[in-house]
Amino acid sequence: MEKKSKKRKTFTRRDFLKGFGGGALGAAVVPKYLPPAPAVLQTKEGKIPHYSRKQITITVNQKNYSLEVEPRETLLQVLRERLNLTGTKMTCDRGECGDCTVLLDGIPVYSCLTLALRTDGAKITTIEGLADKEKLHPIQQAFIDKDAYQCGFCTPGFIISSVALLKGNKNPDLEEIKSGLAGNICRCGNYSNIYEAVSAASKRMGSS
Amino acid sequence: MRKRKELSGIEEDSLLYHEEFRDKETEEPAVLPAPEKEEFKILGKSTTRIDGQKIVTGQALYTHDIKLRGMLCGKILRSPFACAEVVSVDLSEAQNLPGVHAVLQLRTGRVNYAGEQVAAVAAVDEKTADKALRLIKVIYNPLPFAVTEEKAKQEGAPRVHQVANVQKFNDYSRGDIEKGFKEADVVLERNYKTAVEVHQPAETHASIAKWDGERLTVWDSTQAIFNVRDGLARVLKIPASRIKVIKTYMGGGFGSKLGLNDYTVVAALLAKKAKRPVKIILSRKDNSLCVGNRPSSHQTIKGGVKKDGTLTALHLKNYTCGGISRGDQCSEPIIDVYRCPNLKVEEYSVFTHTGASRPTRAPGHVQGTFALEGFMEELAAEINLDPLELRKKNYSTKNEGDTGIPYSSKGLDKCYQSGAEKIDWQRRNKRPGEGKGRLRRGLGMASQIWWGVGREETLADIKLHQDGSVQVVCGTQDIGGGTRTYMATVTAETLGLKPKEVTVKIGETVYPWCGSSGGSTTTPSVAPAARDAALKAAEYLKQQAAKKLNLEASEVVIQDKKLVNKNNPSQSVAIKELLGERLWEKVFHGEYTGRPSEFAYNTFGAHFAEVQVDTETGQIKVLKVVAAHDSGRIINKLTAESQVIGGVTQGVSTALFEERIMDDSTGNPVNPNMRDYKIATSLDIPEIIPLFADMIDPRINNLGSKGLGEPPRIPSSAAVANAVYNAIGVHIREIPMTPDKVLEALKRKEVAR
Ligand code: FES
Ligand code: FES
Repeated sequence: MEKKSKKRKTFTRRDFLKGFGGGALGAAVVPKYLPPAPAVLQTKEGKIPHYSRKQITITVNQKNYSLEVEPRETLLQVLRERLNLTGTKMTCDRGECGDCTVLLDGIPVYSCLTLALRTDGAKITTIEGLADKEKLHPIQQAFIDKDAYQCGFCTPGFIISSVALLKGNKNPDLEEIKSGLAGNICRCGNYSNIYEAVSAASKRMGSS
Repeated sequence: MRKRKELSGIEEDSLLYHEEFRDKETEEPAVLPAPEKEEFKILGKSTTRIDGQKIVTGQALYTHDIKLRGMLCGKILRSPFACAEVVSVDLSEAQNLPGVHAVLQLRTGRVNYAGEQVAAVAAVDEKTADKALRLIKVIYNPLPFAVTEEKAKQEGAPRVHQVANVQKFNDYSRGDIEKGFKEADVVLERNYKTAVEVHQPAETHASIAKWDGERLTVWDSTQAIFNVRDGLARVLKIPASRIKVIKTYMGGGFGSKLGLNDYTVVAALLAKKAKRPVKIILSRKDNSLCVGNRPSSHQTIKGGVKKDGTLTALHLKNYTCGGISRGDQCSEPIIDVYRCPNLKVEEYSVFTHTGASRPTRAPGHVQGTFALEGFMEELAAEINLDPLELRKKNYSTKNEGDTGIPYSSKGLDKCYQSGAEKIDWQRRNKRPGEGKGRLRRGLGMASQIWWGVGREETLADIKLHQDGSVQVVCGTQDIGGGTRTYMATVTAETLGLKPKEVTVKIGETVYPWCGSSGGSTTTPSVAPAARDAALKAAEYLKQQAAKKLNLEASEVVIQDKKLVNKNNPSQSVAIKELLGERLWEKVFHGEYTGRPSEFAYNTFGAHFAEVQVDTETGQIKVLKVVAAHDSGRIINKLTAESQVIGGVTQGVSTALFEERIMDDSTGNPVNPNMRDYKIATSLDIPEIIPLFADMIDPRINNLGSKGLGEPPRIPSSAAVANAVYNAIGVHIREIPMTPDKVLEALKRKEVAR
């Protein structure tokens, strides 16, 4: 295990939750997703910010959308229900499985834990936006080649997480792949094929 | 010999699911022998999935993803009480909420588990539906309940059904166990426990219902479209001919989606009332409450063995808890895997006020194998025999249970050999726990048996179109096993095409009949039916070509989209040209008709696991699992390996983590989610090496293939437990083997010293 000292560039499941868990913590880590100066409500417990419906502009897979969202709406709901991008899946709806993972300005987030109004101005990439027309992203191709799925429901989330992993670490070893994908669950249990796919894709991407 | 007692006073529906997998009596079929593998170009090799592109680009549509014009969101109000009398349900406020289009009362009288349906609404969107649910006023009269096995077994415990909570459902014996125990040199008795597991498929259960006048269309996340159709016809009392059920892609079921669900009926009723399509998606929490689980087991095995390893007697007593329905029959492995002349089985269901169980990938076998194989391991240590040798010593070549007929083919010996070689079995501790230090390593193994035959009357059609394109059609469903792909490969192989050139149509009840995708029956049903149709199509093409080329049909072979004179390859005619002369398409009907009944057909396998146990923290790390399987001819090596990898992963997960925990004070599960209900993830996965005996069963069907869905799920939990025993020298007879149990066991060992 001579790799031990090497700094991991990957996310563990906990980092993942910690950094992008929505709510106040998420806001502290990614302040730019906060909408500008919300109205303030005075309550018995003190002042709390108050959002009503809010107009946001987001770029999803290089297309611009301008839409009004409610404070309760998650990015996942907006993607699936309003933009009809159903490739991103909802499995647990509470940050436990990773099937809803999308890239938010290049960073993987659980879209079920990301409030839509915090994404104003952001660039979002979903599974639908990875392929270049008919040409698949090398990770998508590797998932097919290595049979890195069974039912396929977790696949979009795993592929997006893998894209993020390989962006930060071009040549991950097995342990790094494992920890990089630790925020995603595959109930069909096809992990070992997923590792192979990611590893094959990293080689392909490195050589091209 | 074996009696299965009918349980009176129990809702029949809760028992229905369990009868799915039994190997039916068959009539004598005319069987085409399976060809030797050398003949094949595509079958047996690795073929990537034909629908892969759709999946990796997010274009594959699952039931969750389907939207219809005017579709409403249906939501169900469920009982928070494990047992209660529903005194009244007031729907008026919910009904008056703007945006609500239909409300329904679903229950009067008693509810018997937390999560049972009480009322339902359909509204324009989820927010409104949620709000409407909160406006429904239900008055419950809570009643005493028992949600754990211990409590339900107690004298005077609240009854789940009219009958007592403990009911015997299986009684089997052969030989004379008392005589067997007398003949034994060593007699051991051990207790084993397995927990209630939850299926937790990625896609939660979901249905969409839409009426067009008297006709009903249902999109369902199901493993069995025809079961859903026929169930709906029964419950709604409308002709099955007016119902169409569609399954597109589905995100896993593992047995929890094998029949009609009550919420599907609710979707249909709401849609009828609202005159608009209704979609119901269950929540993750519902998964732990009301759509099935794997029953727990509490097994005692007493067994006797001679010094040379000959088994003389086995006695299994099992208490199994499947909520309001029957528990799992866990005795098949002990009855069938090994030769043992004297055997007795007694199995009891313990009813509790929790949701009904459903088959969970290899029902009964996961639990039964964990106990039996653990017991074998301890017996071997007791007589100082290599545990693998003990298994070989009691190897059987015929059904040891009711029928006594010989196996048509059995490659378990091959699995023993290849698996032991691959893991290097010699590395194991010769005495369990003989290693030193904080981190201890060990090796363990376990055998597997399951059915895995096809369903008679499975149909598949092949259509040859005038333009030369080919379609294969069957009312089956792909639940992740690669059904679409092997239908294409079987057709392509037979008709000289590439798999991608075949269009596959599945998942609708208007297509030819096929049974549920469960019990490892899909491949041995669908592949032979498709092959049958394709052989007929090939024969037709050969005859047409022979006419054209002035040859005998027997002189024509199919090669690369052409029909070729085998004696003179330059003489040929393209398939496309032949079909182009026709005025319309040509359809060929294929069927899987069955197999000779004088043989027994089973799948076999052996798993070998290597683990490392941290004796300070109690943590178990599974390092490697070698999974060797005899499932007959492997049709697609790539997807078959995935099946095995998935099965092993789930088995490891069961061994180490999975347990639904009920709260005795609230009657509800405390971990109805994916965080507190632990599932193996990325960091827990061992190296997994699938191996296939790849024997062609000569009789089972025209391809010699058996099923592979259940088999790899069965022995891995037991193999891991046995490896832990080999590492630390004390057997943990309870799964999941959480660190506390490991530390507990280590203490036991110290005391024993
Ligand atoms: S659906 Fe978002 S993490 Fe599970
Ligand atoms: S492929 Fe089914 S959950 Fe991963």
